[in-house]
Amino acid sequence: MLERIEEIRAEAVAAIDAAGSSAELEGLRVRYLGRKAELTGVLRGIADLPPEERGEVGGVANKARKELEALLERATEAQDAAELDSQLLADRVDVTLPGAPPRPVGHQHLIARTTRQIEDIMIGLGYHVAEGPEVEHDYYNFTALNHPEGHPARMLQDTFYVQSHPDVLLRTHTSPMQIRAMETQPPPIFIVVPGKVYRRDSDATHSPMFHQMEGLAIAEGLTLADLKGTLLAMCQGIFGGERELRLRPHFFPFTEPSIEVDVSCFQCGGSGTLAGGERCNLCKGQGWIEILGAGMVDPNVLGFVEDYGYDAERVQGFAFGLGIERVAMLRHGVPDLRRFFDNDVRMLEQFS
Amino acid sequence: MKVPYSWLREYCDPGVAVEELAERLVMTGSEVERIEVVGPPSAQNFIVGKVLSAEQHPDADRLRVCTVADGEGERTIVCGAPDVAAGQTVAVALPGARMPGGEKLRTAKLRGVASEGMILAADELEVGEDHEGILVLDEALAAGTPLSEVIPLAEPVLEIEVTPNRIDCFGVHGVAREVHAISAAPLAADPWAEDVVAAGEGEASDVASVAVEVPELCPRFTARVFTDVTVGPSPLWLRARLSAAGQRPINNVVDITNYAMLLTAQPLHAFDLDKVPGGALTVRTAAEGEKMTTLDDVERTLDAETVLVCDENGPTGIAGIMGGQVSEVSAETTLVLLEVANWNGTNILRSSRRLGLRSEASSRFEKQLHPELCLRAQVVASKLMVELCGAKLVPGTIDVVGVSWPEPTRLRLRGARVSGLLGMEIAQSDQVDYLERLGFAAEADGEDLEVTVPPDRHYDVTREVDLIEEVARVHGIDEHLPTTLPAAAGPVGGGLSREQRLRRRAEDGLRDLGFDQVVGWSFTDPREPARLRIPFDDIRSSAVMLSNPLSEDQSAMRTMVLGSLLDVAARNVARGADRLALFEAASVYLMEAPPTGRNVGTETTNRPIGPLGGEFRGERAAPVAELHRVAALAVGPLGGRSWRGGGETADFFSVKAVLEALAAQLGAEIAFAPEPEPFLHPGRAAAVSLGGVAAGWLGEIHPLVCRAWDLDAAVGFEIDAAPLLGAAGAGEETYEDVTTFPAAYQDLAVVVPTTVAATEVRATILGAGGELLHSAEVFDLFEGEQLGEGRKSLALGLEFRAPDRTLTDEDVGGLREAIKAALETIGGTLRE
Ligand SMILES: [Zn+2]
Repeated sequence: MLERIEEIRAEAVAAIDAAGSSAELEGLRVRYLGRKAELTGVLRGIADLPPEERGEVGGVANKARKELEALLERATEAQDAAELDSQLLADRVDVTLPGAPPRPVGHQHLIARTTRQIEDIMIGLGYHVAEGPEVEHDYYNFTALNHPEGHPARMLQDTFYVQSHPDVLLRTHTSPMQIRAMETQPPPIFIVVPGKVYRRDSDATHSPMFHQMEGLAIAEGLTLADLKGTLLAMCQGIFGGERELRLRPHFFPFTEPSIEVDVSCFQCGGSGTLAGGERCNLCKGQGWIEILGAGMVDPNVLGFVEDYGYDAERVQGFAFGLGIERVAMLRHGVPDLRRFFDNDVRMLEQFS
Repeated sequence: MKVPYSWLREYCDPGVAVEELAERLVMTGSEVERIEVVGPPSAQNFIVGKVLSAEQHPDADRLRVCTVADGEGERTIVCGAPDVAAGQTVAVALPGARMPGGEKLRTAKLRGVASEGMILAADELEVGEDHEGILVLDEALAAGTPLSEVIPLAEPVLEIEVTPNRIDCFGVHGVAREVHAISAAPLAADPWAEDVVAAGEGEASDVASVAVEVPELCPRFTARVFTDVTVGPSPLWLRARLSAAGQRPINNVVDITNYAMLLTAQPLHAFDLDKVPGGALTVRTAAEGEKMTTLDDVERTLDAETVLVCDENGPTGIAGIMGGQVSEVSAETTLVLLEVANWNGTNILRSSRRLGLRSEASSRFEKQLHPELCLRAQVVASKLMVELCGAKLVPGTIDVVGVSWPEPTRLRLRGARVSGLLGMEIAQSDQVDYLERLGFAAEADGEDLEVTVPPDRHYDVTREVDLIEEVARVHGIDEHLPTTLPAAAGPVGGGLSREQRLRRRAEDGLRDLGFDQVVGWSFTDPREPARLRIPFDDIRSSAVMLSNPLSEDQSAMRTMVLGSLLDVAARNVARGADRLALFEAASVYLMEAPPTGRNVGTETTNRPIGPLGGEFRGERAAPVAELHRVAALAVGPLGGRSWRGGGETADFFSVKAVLEALAAQLGAEIAFAPEPEPFLHPGRAAAVSLGGVAAGWLGEIHPLVCRAWDLDAAVGFEIDAAPLLGAAGAGEETYEDVTTFPAAYQDLAVVVPTTVAATEVRATILGAGGELLHSAEVFDLFEGEQLGEGRKSLALGLEFRAPDRTLTDEDVGGLREAIKAALETIGGTLRE
């Protein structure tokens, strides 16, 4: 009897294994587990066996039945899934066709992108962002920034003036906001000022309209060394953590001491020479790229806002200004300043 | 400022290659723009030669065949100069010499005669512009002497961009002092230390007089008189030096004035005193409209603030800017008056700008020279007048002091302040060294220094902080300054304001909606409003005008962003673009602010307007109304055409959807009402309001405007950023309970006259539906014959909701009757 059960079991396992459709599997279920199946008969006839055989035969037959039930269930599931897949396959598409209808993708202007990038770096250093008007009073653009009337320093920048308002001009730098901000906020103050500025000059390296980012920090005990650290952090944020700075003394009417700042070239690593041995075109073989002007805020400037809590004997600080276009040109290899204002979509769409 | 290295080294020789000096200058604050080499690139193969014979070339009228002693033997040189003659000592380039520009000289046959070298003219060595005659040298020079022992060859010239505060460095001697300060190499005695002996007869005041009528504009006027002057060409060394410094040699007297100016930074002017009637000069201001002809042969019309040097017949020169032709020094001149004056810098700057006339002299005077410099230049020039022109100095210097100059400035330099401002220590002894080398006197007083400022730096160094800069830059900022971040008093918690964050969100939102950001010009053509069909009495027609624009079509500040967007679109379409979706977030400029916060709804907004609305920080309001706008323009389809359709040309509704999506991204309530704009399609134009505040327009651009920009069609909007962000609720929302009872939905089809706006239908339904009606949205529009002429059918989906129960059919049915009744009041009926 036990041998017979094993025979049935083995036969059924082989048949399930070989079955190719769900109908076939249903037939096997009837044949091996149905009411008229031999195994069912064996189980039903256990009572007729001698008592000493009943236990063993019953156990073996039950085990075989359970095994076959499980096998059948698994095979049916697999068979159903395979049949669904073959139906789905008939519904296939060409996945290489473009997504449709295409979702238009807009692009950020490089100037906006660069402005934001620098803002974010400075925000991380604890600065706030302030904005001032582009059409500005002579007082804020020059006088209060230590460019007295008739001073040759005013000649440094060719200025656009507004008709019939001789004291109104297009700001030549973002620096007027230094005064506006200090007039409305006592020290300490840590701000950056992005925005458009205008100079009466137009060629491949000068645009009558361009963008600057001003920085102003005034508190007790700020030093030129703090300015250097701040600028290093900013330039590393823009151009990469390996960058170094070079500080050259310079002259600006509203800072003293004043410096011009070069950043080590990120294309040649400051060596001036490219891997192939040729001269680096970005820094023209110098290893350094001039990037911004800065300095300690001139006491005369603080004198204009003394009434607002800026006593030059008590607080001091620094200011800096950099050209957004210049940063964008260096970072993205844009050859000509004027491209930024041409707004050729073929260029705009290069920058996602 | 061009500084020939050999000239500089006469006063201070740092003993290093010129490149190394340039680097050191750059790192201490003198910007060396370039090092130019004047003359041939190398001194090799240039020698002194003696012309032994000069014969006519057998086959060429204009050539001469010369035999030239070269110190070793004789050689044949064919020469084209007509004045070459036997006995001359000349400059010779031998084969192999590299000429200025780099070309290598070779032995060449000229009309059959081999020429083994070249006899040189001044311009061929870049020591002057003279090409006609050959350069004749001192006959005491031996043949074969290297030419570089006679004149500087391959002369490096430092071109320094001097900042306007450093007037001292507009003279070679000032640069030499700077080199002394930064290198500690010895500085020679001042070239004006010893005056020349006055060998002339009588007194200067016997033959000349100076009257200054405007002392405040002419603080000092000095004059010296020279007799027995022989005017002629300057010696070679002087011509070479001036040429290298960028000055054209003219004659010895004029060259001496230029030389003394280039050395001391103090300009001079020479008069032919015989041409000054009575030798009497007067300094006065011009009469308004007075005319004079300057040395450059231009007649100039003057104004009442221009200062003149005059004789009894009228102006002889514009003070400090340019001399006149009347008393110009010429070949016949024998009596010279040398003027060295001090002028008011502000006045010179003003006059030179007004006249559009800038000279070497005015560019120095305008930066305000110190009156003490006058005699320095007199002494330097006097020596050369005697030496080079055979002149005799008449005893006595005429010296009219208009305004006595201030005492030297004395400043206290606090030791603690030096380290406190710089964040680095500089030893007191070093500070003293640096300042003394720069020409200051410094005395220690404890930790501090008492410093006296020399006259050359009087107007530049006026405060302690200026001294700190001096010691810092000589000490070496780049080399020694530590790198620190603000410590205890440093910044705390940076960030953007909510308005700034929302503005970024708005820009990102438009980008997400497929629009490319552009940056347009703030300048525009004053005719742009007319091209946009804007009437002249509209505030958008009164632009902020520039008084000195670069060109007429950039002379107005834009009053709308639309013009720039149309410009950008037109340029791109001309380049073949067929799908454009552009936006710009930037300012417009209006002479007067439009009525702000114009209220179109029932709710007033009291939000601060802020910088985007033209309210900037600072005691003084912005001079004009500067408003930040967000504007967009679409040309062609918004989305591309595809294998599954799409690519429909953008119209009113596709761009309206963009603006609605933008408002939704910011959580701003937006509304539209029909309202014409001169530049929009009259039937497809809407006024946009945000949070109940008028904010701008949306519409299809008028075909005539499109035509003016060569576009087929375009759709856009332009809204003020202040009301957009003012209405934005994003980031400020509070939770509303969503676990309410199920909603009941019902669709309505409403037939109304075509003239009734969808907004009105919707508002009527919402009004009648009361609190239980949660929303009503249009989902279909139908117009057809069966509705009758002038009628349309709108389908709306209604959602009813109650916070406390499930709504019954009776609830909704009752409301439906109320809605039906309300619709009848606007001529609407429900289609069953
Ligand atoms: Zn490089």
